[in-house]
Amino acid sequence: MKPRTMFEKIWDSHVVVEEPGQPALLYIDLHLVHEVTSPQAFEGLRLAGRPVRRPDLTVATMDHNIPTTDRSLPIVDLISRTQMDTLRSNCKEFGVKLYDLHDSLQGIVHVIGPELGYTRPGQTIVCGDSHTSTHGAFGALAFGIGTSEVEHVLATQCLPQSRPKTMEIRVNGTLAAGVTAKDVVLAIIGKIGTDGATGYAVEYTGEAIRSLSMEGRMTVCNMSIEAGARAGMIAPDEKTIEYVKGRTFAPKGEDWDSAAAYWLTLATDDGAAFDTVVELDGASIAPYVSWGTSPGMVAPITAVVPSPADFADETDRKSVQRALEYMGLTAGMPLQELSLDKVFIGSCTNGRIEDLRAAAAVINGHKVAATVHALVVPGSTTVREQAIAEGLDKIFINAGFDWREAGCSMCLGMNPDILQPGERCASTSNRNFEGRQGKGGRTHLVSPSMAAAAAIAGHLVDIRNWK
Amino acid sequence: MQAFVKETGLVAPLDRANVDTDQIIPKQFLKRIERTGFGKFLFFDWRYLDDGETPNPEFELNAPRYAGASILVAGKNFGCGSSREHAPWALMDYGFRAIIAPSYADIFYNNCFKNGVLPITISEASVNALLKKAAETPGYTLTVDLETQEVTDSSGFREAFTVDGFRRHCLINGLDDIGLTLQNADNIAVYEANRPSWAAIAG
Repeated sequence: MKPRTMFEKIWDSHVVVEEPGQPALLYIDLHLVHEVTSPQAFEGLRLAGRPVRRPDLTVATMDHNIPTTDRSLPIVDLISRTQMDTLRSNCKEFGVKLYDLHDSLQGIVHVIGPELGYTRPGQTIVCGDSHTSTHGAFGALAFGIGTSEVEHVLATQCLPQSRPKTMEIRVNGTLAAGVTAKDVVLAIIGKIGTDGATGYAVEYTGEAIRSLSMEGRMTVCNMSIEAGARAGMIAPDEKTIEYVKGRTFAPKGEDWDSAAAYWLTLATDDGAAFDTVVELDGASIAPYVSWGTSPGMVAPITAVVPSPADFADETDRKSVQRALEYMGLTAGMPLQELSLDKVFIGSCTNGRIEDLRAAAAVINGHKVAATVHALVVPGSTTVREQAIAEGLDKIFINAGFDWREAGCSMCLGMNPDILQPGERCASTSNRNFEGRQGKGGRTHLVSPSMAAAAAIAGHLVDIRNWK
Repeated sequence: MQAFVKETGLVAPLDRANVDTDQIIPKQFLKRIERTGFGKFLFFDWRYLDDGETPNPEFELNAPRYAGASILVAGKNFGCGSSREHAPWALMDYGFRAIIAPSYADIFYNNCFKNGVLPITISEASVNALLKKAAETPGYTLTVDLETQEVTDSSGFREAFTVDGFRRHCLINGLDDIGLTLQNADNIAVYEANRPSWAAIAG
């Protein structure tokens, strides 16, 4: 049999039907739903008189627009409240399991899927959210879809899809101390650009990727979409199996044995060909920070703000000029000298327990700078409880961090957690677009340890020099 | 879905690359539970001054000469970022039926076809030529024809584009693709019957 990539194995095993000249009809193993991109989809089902085909493969949570402050208080934003009420009534009407605002397992959709054992290797996973690529860390084919497609999957548990091309991104070597999964993925996007992987399903390989924890792998796959990729994935190994084993909704008993054996067959075969291969030297990756208004506008923390003149392409020069104006930066400024107003630690990129541990480890008795408001928003209530059990909440609170309830929060600022115009923020999230964290807000994407150190120093710092 | 066959309309130029969906429709407008009415929020942060009401005179689309435009010409990687389908909903509601750019982000591109908006891909050089014409020629119009897969103007500009045959068929006929998938109900049932038992969600 012809050697196949992991992507091809998963794709082939999910084709329900494929007619010449038409996209393949793919079966979807897991459909994750949240409050923002689903109301119009459920409404579409109602109008057409269609049921949810497989409520047992559909899971909903509230994460995007929920408050992260005291949740015993009423929701003051009436439009947000209506959207939450709508998800609640839709899930009830269509028989879909919902992790409601007050559920002890509630959290960001891409955090709770893996932590509850919904996410497993070999699955096809979709969600009306571009960061669905996160789940590819388990060796699943996971991708974001629009609301019409959400309705399509609710109604049919299938999705017509044209086959993407395949790209291998190999990160060789060993990462230096202080360099994290976040730095690796920022370095990748910096190298290939925000449309470098458009039209591709990416598989991350190489020693530096294999050495990452499951949390780290999720961080890398999460930001695949920032390079334009349809999906990002990492082959399952013993680390993956160990992570999934025993989780609430993971297979049990004989099913577990069969599943785990199958998952280890998913890795790309020797001799299988990718359409494109990109290689990076992991050992030479420094801690990265974004300086502009797109996740491709990144540089090592030791660098200075670039000049439009540094770019060969006219379009890039214009984009950089515009970005520098928006960010309030001048070419040549050292990145480490940029003073901050806010720090955000959280999101589906970096809101997991390991991220909170990494941030807490940096604090070490220091206090948040007087000029900085620093926010820690765990990715799920489970992560939050785990952090409390480990005493991390005390470390954050004693250092002056604002310790919040779980949700998407300031990653996209749909809830009240936003930047004010002109405020500069070091953020562990995934997008530094204009206005992403609040109109006029200026975002610098960093890893959790870099964010924590920046909160204390009051400016961006090189974590490798931190003591 | 509204069908798209052919559109002749005023062209609005947006000479920016990597226009992300956060710009097309900022997050504060994603809380609504309807599909309609997003046009007034399109490009909100660029379009209005800080009071959120006064049109920003520096924003290209606010120039009176582009009022009523139905074809948007923009830079590469248009629609990158968030999967929000509110982006094509807002473009459509504002009055855009077609977009012309050198490239698009995948999810946005897909979402357009679900909503009767035609995203056309042509070379960067041709896009630049159209941006120039639209900026220099008051009342500049283009005709976009999905059947012949051509973009033309009245002064000799003619550029072919291609759209995947299946998408084209669905868009020209305004087909409901959920209905098409459900025609495969038997195949789906067979697939489901053969899924391994561990593929179930346990608990």
